[in-house]
Amino acid sequence: MSTRILNIRDLHVALPRGSQRPYAVEAANLHLDENEILCVVGESGSGKSLTARAVMGLLPQPHVHVAKGEIDFLGEDVTRVTDARLRQIRGSEISMIFQEPMTALNPVMTIGVQIDEIFRFHGKMPAKERRERAVSLLDDVHLPDPARIVEAYPHELSGGQRQRAMIAMALALDPKIIIADEPTTALDVTTQAQILKLIKDMQAAHNTGVLFITHDFGVVADIADRVAVMQHGKVVEAGPAAEVLNTPQHPYTKALIGAVPSLTPRQPRPRADERVLQVQALTKTYRSGGGFFGLGEKERVVHAAKEVEIDLRRGETIGIVGESGSGKSTVARCIVRLIDAESGRILLDGKDLRPLDRNAMRGYRPKIQMVFQDPYASLNPRTKVGRIIAQGPVIQGKDSATAEARARELLDIVGLDGNAYDRFPHEFSGGQRQRIGIARALALEPEVLVADEPVSALDVSIQAQILELLDEIRDRMNLSMVFITHDLRVAAQVCDQLVVMRYGEVVEAGPTGAIFADPQDAYTKALLGAVPGKDWSKKSDLAAM
Amino acid sequence: MLEFWRLFCRNRSAVLGLTILVLVILMAAFANFLFPDDPFRLAGKPMSPPGEGGFLLGSDSLGRDVASGIAHGAKTSLLIGLVATLVAVCVGVIMGALAGYYGGWIDDLLMRTTEMFQTIPSFIFAILLVAIMKPSIESIIIAIAVVSWPAVARLVRGEFLSMRSREFVQACHTIGMGDIRIMLGEILPNCLSPIIVIGSLMVATAILIESGLAFLGLGDPNIMSWGFQIGAGRTLLRSAWWVCTFPGVAILLTVLAINLVGEGLNDALNPRLRERK
Repeated sequence: MSTRILNIRDLHVALPRGSQRPYAVEAANLHLDENEILCVVGESGSGKSLTARAVMGLLPQPHVHVAKGEIDFLGEDVTRVTDARLRQIRGSEISMIFQEPMTALNPVMTIGVQIDEIFRFHGKMPAKERRERAVSLLDDVHLPDPARIVEAYPHELSGGQRQRAMIAMALALDPKIIIADEPTTALDVTTQAQILKLIKDMQAAHNTGVLFITHDFGVVADIADRVAVMQHGKVVEAGPAAEVLNTPQHPYTKALIGAVPSLTPRQPRPRADERVLQVQALTKTYRSGGGFFGLGEKERVVHAAKEVEIDLRRGETIGIVGESGSGKSTVARCIVRLIDAESGRILLDGKDLRPLDRNAMRGYRPKIQMVFQDPYASLNPRTKVGRIIAQGPVIQGKDSATAEARARELLDIVGLDGNAYDRFPHEFSGGQRQRIGIARALALEPEVLVADEPVSALDVSIQAQILELLDEIRDRMNLSMVFITHDLRVAAQVCDQLVVMRYGEVVEAGPTGAIFADPQDAYTKALLGAVPGKDWSKKSDLAAM
Repeated sequence: MLEFWRLFCRNRSAVLGLTILVLVILMAAFANFLFPDDPFRLAGKPMSPPGEGGFLLGSDSLGRDVASGIAHGAKTSLLIGLVATLVAVCVGVIMGALAGYYGGWIDDLLMRTTEMFQTIPSFIFAILLVAIMKPSIESIIIAIAVVSWPAVARLVRGEFLSMRSREFVQACHTIGMGDIRIMLGEILPNCLSPIIVIGSLMVATAILIESGLAFLGLGDPNIMSWGFQIGAGRTLLRSAWWVCTFPGVAILLTVLAINLVGEGLNDALNPRLRERK
């Protein structure tokens, strides 16, 4: 029988007056045992992060505070202990891993100094011993050449290495509880898989209890012993991972799990013969440095896209997948001519767009439109929604009455209320804004829609709705789509063809089904192998069949 | 607009500043009504202390009415402050917008030019310009505008630089919108708040520079101004303190008021501060 190390009873976290709801967390009951990983899952605004912060005493006081309930840590209520005691507990008995390791680490201090700080604040140890401990900790989290990394500054490490260093710091004093707040969300999928494995190994080796906050059911399936699902500040369902994942009871949990895109590619559709967009040998390099009129430091050259080939047929969706820095966004922006490629051809219905200058390009703009990633940045905050959508047709020479009628019709098509026309973007939620972005792109009646990570900033249930909308529009308007994504689950559900990119080069291309079933390139295999929760997905897909 | 007013009023000192500023503006507007005579006219006994000989704030060494000078000087100060700032903001916005939006060699060229202006201490530069051009109200306005625009250009360039790569601007490119329209219609409205704030603070600086120039005898000799009054009274500081003091207080209050209003505008217009209740 393992000991219960954390027991949260009837926790209420109050929000400032005038907020959307009185409590961020309401009547939450959670517990964590030794040597156990408890995943708290929920969408944005569910109160999962604030629950974690309440345990650490890190709520943004006094606006947000614990109003009621207790957090029992080995017989001590951490909501009532003194600040001095709380400081003792933090780091030595409960420690935390943050989402963004770059901002959680101090950029002007070496990793060694930052680990050293923890030892210095919690007890006495000679400097030499502290340093040895730091090196051995970094070695424990499998960082290569720990003696060098102790001397390194955060910016000299990669994202994954930084997160490993954070984990080393969290483990420094052998805490009883580690709180991990979306520790892998900012990482690429292959790095994410390694970090998840590391957390699981470390937890088992140290008998630690881990409170793991995430929005990703794939991650939950890979790592959790028990799961608690939160919605609007309440814990709606909790239980062993296998039970919650495979036989969810609460309707919200069912909906969430149902919205997770399956890893089984959808039924292939027959491929049309008509080529809409062909990208041939597209190359783009970025140069940095060079300085003032060519003086200064030496120029650095990065190949963002190298000899990229894409063949898009009428009515189909091609997915470009890859990790950050693979050049997939560069390719998208080259196709819509937001950035100029150096060489290669972009053939739209046989016409090469690449050499066109801005004026010549204007006539072709309506044929290729783009949906952007961040629904909060892609709409001008000072322009009314109606104008945002109608602007395109007006610029392309339609009269304003026609443009307005078209904009209203599009609002209806993307599922927004007609009175959205006279409102400003900030009055809408993320998902609604993405619908507005789609309506804007459709206003010019394009042939090709380039979507750059259109759902990666959205919650999973909203994501499912937007993907459905894109699908519906594609069929209705006979659109061809280039779909950029890092998420192979999304790609499986949306794309007919896949192009896998790495370091600016296409490593593999072909029908989605074929690539998922039998990847040829080693990197594609690694990508597919790293998708979180793939075993769980396979099982549930089999059950569904 | 109402919402903006409510936010502005949350800052008490900004409301106080606005009140003082409105009083100064009223004083300038009704100067001819309150003191119908020419402020240069010798109105009575020289060096009369405040309250004596019919002088509310005393008279200077030639018997000119200090109160009349302050009221008429307010006109000069506000006019120069506003016009010079307007010119400087226009020039600065154009330079900054072009540099930030296009980048590359245009940015290099415009920003090196801006830096050239910034390397010269602004007050000394203003003195130099007025001395070359002959002191007159136009030359003072030009001099103040020339030394003030680089700050605006830098600010606007930074704003444009960060806005240029925002997705909503890229979306405008994809629908084929022209550069000028993107700059004026899409980006500029999004950086109006900092421009308004820096503009309001520049009015205060312009008033100070004008007073400084007039103090040194580089003001327009035919126009009454606060700096001129202080300059005329500086030799009498120990025998007739009122000649310098009251125009000085007028400058202090006006500049303070404008700064407070500027800060209030910043609080009300900055969306990040807006959340902080």
